[in-house]
Amino acid sequence: MTNISFPEPTITAVSKPFWDKIAEKQFFLQRCDDCAQWVFYPRAHCPHCFGSNLTWKEASGKGKVKSWSIVHRAGHPAWQERTPYAVGIVELAEGPTLLTHLLIGEQDLSYQLPVEISFQSLNERLLPFFQKKGD
Amino acid sequence: MAKRPKGAIIGIGELQPVRYSEGKTTLGLIAESVQLALADAGITKDEIDGLLVGPQVGETPQHVPATVSEYLGISPTMSNTVDLGGATGAGMVWRAAAAIEAGMCETVVCVLANKNEKGQVPRSPNRNPIREFDVPFGASGANTSYALLKREHMEVYGSKQEDFARIAYWSRKNAQKNPKAIFYDKPVELEDILQSPMISDPLRLLEIVMPCAGGAAVIVTSEEKAKQTKNNAVYLKGAGEKITHRAVSQAPTVDQLPFAYSIPHALKQAEIDGKDLDLLSLYDCYTSVVAVQLESIGICKPGEFGDFVRSHTFGHDGDYPLNTHGGQLGFGQADLAGGMSHVIEAVVQLRGEGEERQIPDAKYALVTGNGATLSETTALVLGGEQ
Repeated sequence: MTNISFPEPTITAVSKPFWDKIAEKQFFLQRCDDCAQWVFYPRAHCPHCFGSNLTWKEASGKGKVKSWSIVHRAGHPAWQERTPYAVGIVELAEGPTLLTHLLIGEQDLSYQLPVEISFQSLNERLLPFFQKKGD
Repeated sequence: MAKRPKGAIIGIGELQPVRYSEGKTTLGLIAESVQLALADAGITKDEIDGLLVGPQVGETPQHVPATVSEYLGISPTMSNTVDLGGATGAGMVWRAAAAIEAGMCETVVCVLANKNEKGQVPRSPNRNPIREFDVPFGASGANTSYALLKREHMEVYGSKQEDFARIAYWSRKNAQKNPKAIFYDKPVELEDILQSPMISDPLRLLEIVMPCAGGAAVIVTSEEKAKQTKNNAVYLKGAGEKITHRAVSQAPTVDQLPFAYSIPHALKQAEIDGKDLDLLSLYDCYTSVVAVQLESIGICKPGEFGDFVRSHTFGHDGDYPLNTHGGQLGFGQADLAGGMSHVIEAVVQLRGEGEERQIPDAKYALVTGNGATLSETTALVLGGEQ
């Protein structure tokens, strides 16, 4: 293993509460008090109704696979050492979609596969990866 | 009649793409491209009073139009940076026409160029939401993003690897009739594409453009001035544009991608049907991008491009000529200038200058551009008559 570290999240003042909760193995998302929609990634305003009353609330950590790819040539050298690996887009039960690392073998991946959050350590930071529901 | 921007392309200039451009600067490649376009139009640089350029030109991330104006020795009365990724080239054409109609200028040069050196860092560092929420999970770069879109299309519609491979096959085949193409003299068979290395499953190497260096410029002017120039002008008949997202994780579902708006809008402005098009000059950074466009033109139904590519031919003498210059998959993608190559091929064909690959009686061309991950989309209908 070389000394190249994995790219870290570029945390902002707005997104910091998300990462602080992840560090405690909790999954909090913003929810709009005005239109009741959930928001991801974290923002200063609701992209649905453009209101500014967003509240951090605990989310289920459950969702379904919208798409996935098995990466053979990674765009970053640190990740190249982990290839092949799976990344995917998960549609959360609350509505928003996010990109994540999938801890699921190629043979087990399928469209709309139910998944759940799995907090994994990378560069000594916890990240919200996803795994098959019930695994 | 729907209101549309009016303008005409009177000059084109394009550098031959090369893998590496050692010893060149981006500003220098811009100047070379503009020289060619001016010579083609038969006008001097003093007749240029509008400038559209791309963002982050090699040597300068800011004040790009001023830097380029100074370098070229022009003093435009309208200038702008157009930042639509691969849609920048097509996006410039209607913006130029709109600026002319607004009375800000009469003759606009739209130019994009890119150097490519061994070992150069291709992009400046950024701290945007993709860098925060996609990259840390192992999804750096466009290949994985486009692989995710391709997978979704395959899952939702049942499209097959071979369907996508046929698009790359035709790009390479058409490139064999264009001596300027980076893959000229390098044909491939369908099987080569299907067996090329897996990069980001389900995306294989030969479905992906190869980065290279080059440049391209077009000159847009008023319809009145176009009548006084030496070339047969090519007219802007319609345009459409739609931007929906940036990160692939925030993309709408695959049946609601923005080409489904921008292409029909351009056709509607031109008052023609998809079947009236003589050339499809479609942005092709990846095979899947062409697939969703074929489905947005209305010549095949959403999800059915596979049947369509099996039952039609896409050469210059085919029933649906597609990227007759080879597309970016066959001609080369010189960064943003790669998108301009689709504009230039349309002009070449509509002027009847396609030589060995000339489409008979080409009257209408659809030109598209696509940036980010199928998020910034532009469509133009160009025609050889006013």
